[in-house]
Amino acid sequence: MKKAIITVLGKDKVGIICGVSTVLKELNVNILDISQTIMGEIFTMIMSVSVSEANVDFSALSDALSAEGKKLGVVINIQHEDIFNSMHKI
Amino acid sequence: MLNQKEIFETINMIEKENLDIRTITMGISLLDCVSSDVDTVCKKVYDKITKKAENLVKTGEDIEKEYGIPIINKRISVTPVSLIGQGFLPSDFVKIAKTLDRAALDTGVNFIGGFSSLVQKGFTVGDTSLIDAIPEALATTNKVCSSVNVGSTKAGINMDAVKKMGEIIKETAQKTKDSDGFGCAKLVVFANAVEDNPFMAGAFHGVGEAECVINVGVSGPGVVKCALEKVKGEKFEVVADTIKKTAFKITRMGNLVAKEASRRLNVPYGIVDLSLAPTPAVGDSVAYILEEMGLEKCGTHGTTAALALLNDAVKKGGIFAASNVGGLSGAFIPVSEDAGMISAAMDGSLSLEKLEAMTCVCSVGLDMIVVPGDTSASTISAIIADEAAIGMINNKTTAVRVIPAPGKKVGDVVEFGGLLGTGPVMKVSNLSSEEFINRGGRIPAPIHSLRN
Repeated sequence: MKKAIITVLGKDKVGIICGVSTVLKELNVNILDISQTIMGEIFTMIMSVSVSEANVDFSALSDALSAEGKKLGVVINIQHEDIFNSMHKI
Repeated sequence: MLNQKEIFETINMIEKENLDIRTITMGISLLDCVSSDVDTVCKKVYDKITKKAENLVKTGEDIEKEYGIPIINKRISVTPVSLIGQGFLPSDFVKIAKTLDRAALDTGVNFIGGFSSLVQKGFTVGDTSLIDAIPEALATTNKVCSSVNVGSTKAGINMDAVKKMGEIIKETAQKTKDSDGFGCAKLVVFANAVEDNPFMAGAFHGVGEAECVINVGVSGPGVVKCALEKVKGEKFEVVADTIKKTAFKITRMGNLVAKEASRRLNVPYGIVDLSLAPTPAVGDSVAYILEEMGLEKCGTHGTTAALALLNDAVKKGGIFAASNVGGLSGAFIPVSEDAGMISAAMDGSLSLEKLEAMTCVCSVGLDMIVVPGDTSASTISAIIADEAAIGMINNKTTAVRVIPAPGKKVGDVVEFGGLLGTGPVMKVSNLSSEEFINRGGRIPAPIHSLRN
């Protein structure tokens, strides 16, 4: 399974999780884990997702999430999980 | 499972601290492109490069997108061109340079290196022709980089080549005077050149290398600087440990990108080069790391010691993080490409003499230094001889990339733009070295070259 990490950072408001997960549903990306906190007024969320079954390629998925981020006023990144594993796990 | 702190640390390094992969460089052998007819060589060279590197840029961009790590340059290095043009005239070599330029343009890479010659012990006919072609080749191409190796610990220093290169640098500056001698920014004179260097302008694909390989150069001075900000006032052991840990993380990223690029392109993974390569962006400077250790300004007393510690700790941290380490692997100190160096050179705290001392303990040499336009060829040769001597005696790579900017004098500033940055014109000695350079011949290899 090809796993990726989605990070969402920005000012908290109603509907961020809904917005992100709607995009993921449309693109057939399965959410494996979510951790979300509010630090001060800043909304932070990390999602672990599986992109093996996605109906678009990685680049299109990344663009769709960025566009959704713009709409919601937050920054959304998606990165292949290996970049974090290689840096932090031996 | 990854924790939140680790994930945000990585993202922070990329977004705020300028962590990036400087280059994915594909090394391509051109040894099978040999022919006695120059047009046949050009055709074979063009076809081979454009075929092998067809997907290089696209693959680099895909990796960039999927892993969210910027990959600044995609480059190609080729077999030293003198080896495939023995018997050719300088004008034939210019033709080959233009072919390389076209191949670079059509594959979309940023630079192509390997318009090179290895003459540490003497010249072949092809070497002489290629070196004579360098000024014209660099003036009439955009992406071609050239390098000449004039000395080594094993062979000594070819002082005829040193003399010649002083003249070639002057001629290249003259031929590109409309851009302040920009041609010289694409020309490096080496001692102990390495065969798997992914960085420009000195990259070439050595004869001991495979048919085609992927080499990766990392960057990340900003990340090291930010890590050191957190250990202010601590002892040097703590400084060294902090640099090692950071270098490990940076290199792991390079290793991942190298492996992934190699897999996707179906080309063997060559090496990761551990060099900390700065860019002119504020927050991406090697000089600022040295200043963070407690120096008021880069170039003051203590700078060499700080650089020695940095260079060594980067290697110790990086070596464990990558499967194959090679290239130059150390800290770069290119003056015009480093915001802190530019600032130190401008206010006079960093001199050419201090830079020379620094090159004894870091990975390369006198790099991207602008000198007055009226600097004589013999003085440039003498600068090269000094650097080559440091390399030869200390068993390390050294290089000279100086730009005698036509019409410029000390105090002027030359703008190269992009990664090559801004170069303040630095003072050189006005005492003559001419008689020394005119002797010619070879400085014999040092006693410690006899290790067998």
